[in-house]
Amino acid sequence: MRNLKTDYFEDLQLFKDGLQLFWSAVLLLLLFALPFFVKTYYLTIINLMAVNVVVALGLNLLVGNTGQISLGHAGFVAIGAYTTVLLLKAGVPFIFALTASGLVTGLFGVLLGIPSLKLEGPYLAIATLAFGLAVTTVIGRMDFLGGRMGMNVPKISLGWTGLKYDQSLYYVIIIITILAVIATRNLLKSRIGRAFQAIRDSDIAASAIGINLTKYKLYSFGISAFFAGIAGSLWALYLGFINPTLFSFILSINFLVIIVLGGLGSITGSVMGAIVLTYLNLQLEDVVEIPILGDALLRFSELFMTATGVSNVSWFLTGFILILVVLFEPLGLYGLWLRTKIYWKRWPF
Amino acid sequence: MLGQLIVSSLVVGSIYALLALAMSITYKASEVPNFAQGEMAMISTFMAFVMLSSYGLPFYAAMLITVVFAFVLGLLLEFLFLRRAKMPTPLNLIVITIGFQLMLYGFAGWKWGSDQRQINLPFSESKVIFQNDIFALTELNLATLIIAVVVLVVIYLLIQRTKLGLAMKACQQNINASRMNGISANRIMAITFGISSVVGAMAGILVAPILTLDPSMMWDPLLKGFAAAVLGGMKSLHGVVIGGLLLGLVENLFGFYISIEFKSVVAFAIIVLILYFKPSGLFDKHYVRKV
Repeated sequence: MRNLKTDYFEDLQLFKDGLQLFWSAVLLLLLFALPFFVKTYYLTIINLMAVNVVVALGLNLLVGNTGQISLGHAGFVAIGAYTTVLLLKAGVPFIFALTASGLVTGLFGVLLGIPSLKLEGPYLAIATLAFGLAVTTVIGRMDFLGGRMGMNVPKISLGWTGLKYDQSLYYVIIIITILAVIATRNLLKSRIGRAFQAIRDSDIAASAIGINLTKYKLYSFGISAFFAGIAGSLWALYLGFINPTLFSFILSINFLVIIVLGGLGSITGSVMGAIVLTYLNLQLEDVVEIPILGDALLRFSELFMTATGVSNVSWFLTGFILILVVLFEPLGLYGLWLRTKIYWKRWPF
Repeated sequence: MLGQLIVSSLVVGSIYALLALAMSITYKASEVPNFAQGEMAMISTFMAFVMLSSYGLPFYAAMLITVVFAFVLGLLLEFLFLRRAKMPTPLNLIVITIGFQLMLYGFAGWKWGSDQRQINLPFSESKVIFQNDIFALTELNLATLIIAVVVLVVIYLLIQRTKLGLAMKACQQNINASRMNGISANRIMAITFGISSVVGAMAGILVAPILTLDPSMMWDPLLKGFAAAVLGGMKSLHGVVIGGLLLGLVENLFGFYISIEFKSVVAFAIIVLILYFKPSGLFDKHYVRKV
């Protein structure tokens, strides 16, 4: 098996060899056949996972690949969601509303990027955090955005597909997610993606070899926000109802947890992190329902803790898992996957 | 009215200043903004609550136990988690503190539920102790100011006048050189986290009677404390204290004269604006890294 790339265009290829192409095709087929086999409940879970994948891809571009921290991504998601709802209410077709949400959010990303160019570390963290807070506060105050009460999201017309609404919504979300994955992958292999990584590894060296820091940092903020906007748009459709409290600081932290858990700077990592953490969050929400463990936990809680607060175990476990990942596998789930793969590849040794 | 506003801004600002100081002490030592600071303060405040209400201890005994508890909590964060990270990037360390924050938040919710409780301090927030025609001061306000000043002075003396403070400063400047000179840098780092946790716990106890005691009570104050630290310049101890007072002032004046709903947002917006012109805060020198 050849491991080295001899040609520049080999690096750009979407699929390394026939085997990878085959498995990707199988995966695609599986994803497209899914709505006919599983219940609607599982489809909604997959939808949520897919939406988180899109945010994670964008955030990972900014944090993992460019090395700029953001604690305000929930704000971008909110802007995307509200833009979509406003446009849908005005009667704009969904495909244009989606594009517009991405572009508007991307513009906000660039706007946030401008004061953040000189900042790093905690200073950047505070600036992005302030942005996230400002967005939800301002939205909560605007009457035409529904204020604190929120707004209903109009259903989009998907009747022409001949499927049930949930099924067609699944297709919409999954297709956009796949496109987002491919777009990110191609972006990272391009000049822009390499510039991002150069800035992350050393901004001084990057500017010395002729990378325009201002331009590429703004690109990074803009593209990252674009993805968040698209995700927000999908999220609004998925939830059917939005209000400002959905897009809290906790949500931003949650996105950060996803990419750290999955693996910083890796697309596979973003996807794996989003899938695993979304599932984990949903499962841990009713931790008492787990067969034997749940009972034991409830008994323990009654003895030493409070039984009413037992759902808070999910926070505790999420935090603990997060720390374990950083301590023992800094590349996250992607690192775990990589190590397993390499182990089996050269197995007898 | 303006006099009253300024006094109450000073009170709120001194709480922000304590939190900012706590963040700044650990940031100077480890380059990590400790996001678990607020939750550590919250748990310590719950500890004080349990000691006062469940065990009925006198105030001073409860405070002593709380201080020891907070110190140990800070030691644990450094010893169990931060020290174990191998070749960490700052982002890794930030994520560890976020993980610790979630753990403590979950633990508090699990142990005490999300009921809102009232902590009984010996100084009430309604009894006015001092009044003239410019401003009035309640017992709690006065206690807040006094405790804040005492803590600030103690920290100042600790850092400027003791051997421990000298070792802390040495570790902040160059950790390898201080190791070579016989300072046990790991121990100093752990102690630094312990001290910062105690400072944060003081802020938590002072905040608890104003807000109600529940697991999420420190979220907002912590963000403000963090913002105040950034405003003053994370690495300058007197800067963060001034930053805290300034933030309290801006917030209260804006909240009273213009709009109470936007007061947090405007405070943050002003900070972002200041950072645009002074990227390392008001009182910290901005170092540009050279090759």
